[in-house]
Amino acid sequence: MTPLSGYLLVAALLFSIGLAGALTRRNAILVLIGIELMLNAANLNLIAFWRYGPHPEALTGMMFALFSIAVAAAEAAVGLGLIIQIHRHAHTTDLDRMNRMRG
Amino acid sequence: MSLVFYVLAALTLAGALAAVTLKNTVHCALALTVAFAGLALLYLELDAQFAGFAQILVYIGAVAILIVFAILLTKGSETPKEGVYSKNSLAGLVMAAGVFAVLGWAVIESAKVLPNETAAPDVTVLQIGNALMGRYVLPLEIVALLLTAALIGAVIVAMHEKEETK
Repeated sequence: MTPLSGYLLVAALLFSIGLAGALTRRNAILVLIGIELMLNAANLNLIAFWRYGPHPEALTGMMFALFSIAVAAAEAAVGLGLIIQIHRHAHTTDLDRMNRMRG
Repeated sequence: MSLVFYVLAALTLAGALAAVTLKNTVHCALALTVAFAGLALLYLELDAQFAGFAQILVYIGAVAILIVFAILLTKGSETPKEGVYSKNSLAGLVMAAGVFAVLGWAVIESAKVLPNETAAPDVTVLQIGNALMGRYVLPLEIVALLLTAALIGAVIVAMHEKEETK
């Protein structure tokens, strides 16, 4: 097994764990945690391909990962703001009980 | 494949697994911090020092704290009596296992053509700064705009609406 495929396997497992968390948990915050794990798995792939790719001095994968970290931070801030507002409105963060679209 | 890699991979995956399976939400957030730390160390192992420290600053320093605050503000640490898993969690598990099967198969099948051990790239923070201010200056500005918009948006979304109540 080459080092790159080891990192890719770890990233695939991390993505699957995040996906399982996002699909199986009831609490909206835990779903957001699962999404964060999936984003991090993608970042690990980007960094691993940058490290073992043909032109690491071009910094392409590294830059992609850095911008992805910034976008994920923005996503977390807005997502948690939405969850707090939904909790204020519906008094629950249980996604199974959020089954109507009108206020 | 060095021993360090296996230890860090095990730490990261154990943290991630605990983050999605533990019952108490606060414990989940703490396990998520462990997973983020493991990822930062994996980045350092991959000679991406800048990305590793950015990961520590942004994820452990900001996102994990933000998640803990959200848990405290939504009283999410109480375990619901119906259990922590959703009604259709079995379908979710099957889907995640299927995704991992496809990804793992693709990685193992392509292992022959993947590049083997290469020399560590000699990348300094100066080069990263030059790239950010040169070739990647437009994405950098767009990210700055996005972060400003997200900051204002998050504050507006989470703000109390006083006008409607009077």
